Amino acid sequence: MKLNWQSLKRNILGVGPSSSGEGLDPDLLKEMARGIATTRPDEIGCAECFDQMDQFVEITLAGKDSSQAMPLVQDHLNRCGDCREEFEALLAAVSAVS
Amino acid sequence: MPERTNEEWLADLRGAEQSAALADLRAFLVRGLGYALASRRDVDDSIIEDFVQEALLKILGALDTFRGESKFTTWAQKIAVRVAFTEMRRRRWQDVSLDSIVEAHDLDFVPDMMIDPSAGPDQQAAQHIFLETLQRLIATELTDKQRQALVAVRIQGMPLEEVARRMGTNRNALYKLLHDARQRLKRKMEAEGLTPEEMLAAFGSPG
Repeated sequence: MKLNWQSLKRNILGVGPSSSGEGLDPDLLKEMARGIATTRPDEIGCAECFDQMDQFVEITLAGKDSSQAMPLVQDHLNRCGDCREEFEALLAAVSAVS
Repeated sequence: MPERTNEEWLADLRGAEQSAALADLRAFLVRGLGYALASRRDVDDSIIEDFVQEALLKILGALDTFRGESKFTTWAQKIAVRVAFTEMRRRRWQDVSLDSIVEAHDLDFVPDMMIDPSAGPDQQAAQHIFLETLQRLIATELTDKQRQALVAVRIQGMPLEEVARRMGTNRNALYKLLHDARQRLKRKMEAEGLTPEEMLAAFGSPG
């Protein structure tokens, strides 16, 4: 059988999540595999990320390298969609009003 | 809005100037959230006012926890953003049960179907080994809770916060649970001779 990577993805967009696994997006599995491979023992959780997020945003807006200044916050933001979404919103809010 | 130092914000919000300071802070947060959520169709001005009202109560209750590591207004905006996203996620997912999106077959994929055909033959072979191993280890090494959370968050894209609510836990604890799951899978893979470096090479670098 000839497999077509693009058509696989189109099918997912068309039919949404599938219960058979056939509609599973291969990119999601790749992302999961990368997430596992890069797992580190010193990751911080969402609470610690939230504690430091205001500071992280200000460092970012000051044009400094926030990922170097606060690497664990950056690592958490790379992994956690909830926190990343809030970080982006906070960045947008603060940069617009300051 | 008059400029205030962090100390002035705290003093005003705690003292006789509270109502003026609250009005200024409210206007500031409404403006910030307006920018941050401008692209969202499910949000209008009155919803933003509601978010800010709830945020102001939380902010007043949390003044003692402000450590002065940022501007007071940035810290306050962070709380408003959290309130807004918590509520938007709750509304967006309110009719979705965990069982309905986490079905037993969600990770019942055929590894060969998931291999990137544009990859070279060696990379395809490596992907096959990793996917097959990953699938087996997810089935045998994770707890039911870990597997359920992994599928809901990573495959179905449900926010951690919403999965946590349904599992009777909180977002921070759920992140830890997923972290433990990743660590276990990583260790088991290494025990089978599959290194993280090889895994990253097989699936390309992030980005």
